[in-house]
Amino acid sequence: MTSQTTPLEYKSHQSQMNILGFWVFLGAEIVLFSTLFASYFILEHNTAAGPSGQDIFILKDVLIETFLLLTSSFTCGLAIHSMRNHDKKGLLIWMIVTLLLGAGFLYMEINEFIHYIHEGATIQTSGFTAAFFTLLGTHGAHVTFGVFWIIMLLIQLVRRGITEKTSSKLFIASLYWHFLDVVWIFIFTFVYLKGMVM
Amino acid sequence: MTFDEFFVTGDPLILASQIAIGLTLIGLVALVSYLKRWKWLWREWFTTVDHKKIGIMYILAGVLMFFRGGVDGLLMRAQTSRPELQLLDAQHYDEIFTTHGVIMILFMAMPLLIGIMNVVIPLQIGARDVAFPKLNALSFWLFFAGAMLFNLSFVIGGSPDAGWTSYFPLAGKEFTPGVGNNYYAIALQIAGIGTLATGINFVVTIIKMRAPGMSWMKLPIFVWTTFITSIIIVAAFPIFTVALAYMSLDRLFGTHFFTVASGGDPMLWLNLFWLWGHPEVYIVVLPAFGMFSEVIATFARKNLYGYKSMVYAVAGIAFLSMLVWVHHFYTMGNSAAVNSIFSLTTMMIAIPTGVKIFNWLFTLRKGRIEFSTSMLWALAFIPCFTIGGVTGVMLAMAAADYQYHNTMFLVAHFHYVLIPGVVFAVFAGLYYWWPKMFGFKLNEKIGRWHFWLFVIGFNLTFMPMFFVGLDGMSRRMYTYSESTGWAPLLGLSAIGALIMAAGFAALCYNIYWSFRYASRDVGNDPWNGRTLEWATASPAPEYNFAVEPQVEQLDDFWHKKKQGKTGLKKSELKSVHMPSNSWTPIVLAVAFGVVGFFLVFEWFTLAVIASIGIIVGLVANSFDYDEGYHIEPEELEEEERKWRGDLQ
Repeated sequence: MTSQTTPLEYKSHQSQMNILGFWVFLGAEIVLFSTLFASYFILEHNTAAGPSGQDIFILKDVLIETFLLLTSSFTCGLAIHSMRNHDKKGLLIWMIVTLLLGAGFLYMEINEFIHYIHEGATIQTSGFTAAFFTLLGTHGAHVTFGVFWIIMLLIQLVRRGITEKTSSKLFIASLYWHFLDVVWIFIFTFVYLKGMVM
Repeated sequence: MTFDEFFVTGDPLILASQIAIGLTLIGLVALVSYLKRWKWLWREWFTTVDHKKIGIMYILAGVLMFFRGGVDGLLMRAQTSRPELQLLDAQHYDEIFTTHGVIMILFMAMPLLIGIMNVVIPLQIGARDVAFPKLNALSFWLFFAGAMLFNLSFVIGGSPDAGWTSYFPLAGKEFTPGVGNNYYAIALQIAGIGTLATGINFVVTIIKMRAPGMSWMKLPIFVWTTFITSIIIVAAFPIFTVALAYMSLDRLFGTHFFTVASGGDPMLWLNLFWLWGHPEVYIVVLPAFGMFSEVIATFARKNLYGYKSMVYAVAGIAFLSMLVWVHHFYTMGNSAAVNSIFSLTTMMIAIPTGVKIFNWLFTLRKGRIEFSTSMLWALAFIPCFTIGGVTGVMLAMAAADYQYHNTMFLVAHFHYVLIPGVVFAVFAGLYYWWPKMFGFKLNEKIGRWHFWLFVIGFNLTFMPMFFVGLDGMSRRMYTYSESTGWAPLLGLSAIGALIMAAGFAALCYNIYWSFRYASRDVGNDPWNGRTLEWATASPAPEYNFAVEPQVEQLDDFWHKKKQGKTGLKKSELKSVHMPSNSWTPIVLAVAFGVVGFFLVFEWFTLAVIASIGIIVGLVANSFDYDEGYHIEPEELEEEERKWRGDLQ
């Protein structure tokens, strides 16, 4: 099954199963986020006495967040490219860049949330804010989890180098990271852009 | 918070249970200490990653939960056995029908099925274990933590009382202020994570770990149904995760997902709940169909009739299961067009299900039927389940449903689906695979007592409900007046429940009797089976198969037996890689349980502190590079000689 050209992370049968299992897990994550999006679409105009999205969204900040996260997905790709070339240093550096961009995204997002709360839109305000903060918060919590997870993996990478096991772990984490990026594109489009226009 | 807000007080029934639970716990700890079995328990069971042992623990937990849910059911039947009875008050009755529903579906049916899947699936595909043994252990312990947390509500804090469906606004804080419904939201969330992990595990196991040569259309039918069930789990459980998260946020943090006044929408809960809840029905019934198919083919001594159509039927049911959820609330303000569409999709499910019924009948036709206890369950299933199915089609008609909605007719219908469909299957499966798990059969004679008492009791309990339902008795009524004229039928139902309970007692006695006295000399293949699990020793050794089986056709073992090719060559023995035990699953699950308990009581600081346990568990797991160990050919040879005699 495995040949010379098989990437390291796919070499062992267990690694192949881990990667497939993670894809199936991402399938479950798609259902999870779909449910969050569907609920948001149902509740987005139910602002009760509170502000609507149009009242509070600041598109400039959201654009910066988008830029940070999209770039981090690109650097994550570069990291995996280095991994395939057995370049431990490149892998480490690009992953750290990815994490810094991710942390920047989180910093911006937390500031954004604080801004909304000052504007009088807390999670308890209305059906709209409940769905909004839960959707965004779930994504943000995923990014936060991802940052700490990848830090754990980088420690293992430094200790053990690029092996069958560490490479498959990092590859799986990269799938997770790209997935969060895809989710963000949907958030950017269907929450922010749509919220500003409609 | 005062003492009586924490502990449930003032009810003699609950006080008696509190004392009984306390004494049982002390007794168990004392017994294990006296027998000096703590180390053994930790090494062999608590930290095990062996799919067979995990399966047995699931089954044990499921039987315990069956007892708990069964007592709830008996209390309900006792309360309605005579008009105006005051055995339970309305509040207590509400709590009992809520916990009965939740426990029977999520903590009885699910673990019993997943338990049997765990034991059987890797053996049927000729695999060493599941794809992720440690995750499998985590699944079990998370389920167990969730189940225990949910049961704790009975004595600490108060049980949930808004029904197993927990519709808003009733289930919201405004109308249900206590901690009871917090238990519902948190305990089911914890157990649900475990179930999702099980789904992922079995999808990957079945895709990647089949024995060489076992292509898709050579899979045993139980493997097929498990595979499709696992896909439904992955597709449906995240919806429930989100619904429960919304419920928790509404109840614990004052959000407004489901409160109309602040822009929430209670129908959102109903839709999300049933988007998960209806597929959940098929999650429990499809593996059951698979078990019946195995049992019927084995004891009719024939190939399963229409194997391929069975597979397509299961896939069709799984697809349709996602498209019918609205039929649970036809009466709640949908347009006629919406109701019509969901009527159609619901009735369409009868088509693939009918295909399966006829396939089973044709498998039986001209078969040399052996009436073993597990076959009896399968035979009783077909007519009983058909009654459940036909009344389901009645309920599927939206216009007519305005008459039946939320009546006892509905209660009778889903018990006629779930008890024959799931409970009979679990019994059939337990009698069938018992020797593979433990190396001895359950007694057939006591099995017959179990069978007849349970089947007669079941029909006597639920058949009268169709009639009182058609006569207008709504479900969840805790009492009724003499003038309704329901007393004789409900009295009959109560007697039926007692007979059913006697049947369950017969099963427990059977387990005890067989454990003590049954013959240990059953061989590897006591039923003359067809599939690979019978090709290895009973009970199956920890490594499952000394040599990876090679598969050429459907029911390969059946044909190999006829050709006399089931022997083992010594030269084929190679060292087998095994996963090591792990403490992380049980520790993680305990941490989840503790965090959950604090969240139930809204003690957030403590919850944050306890979640450090979860983080430690996850980090420890990430840094765990255990490579497992190997069983060498010499050990394999010794083990195989024990039941094969000399090797070739």
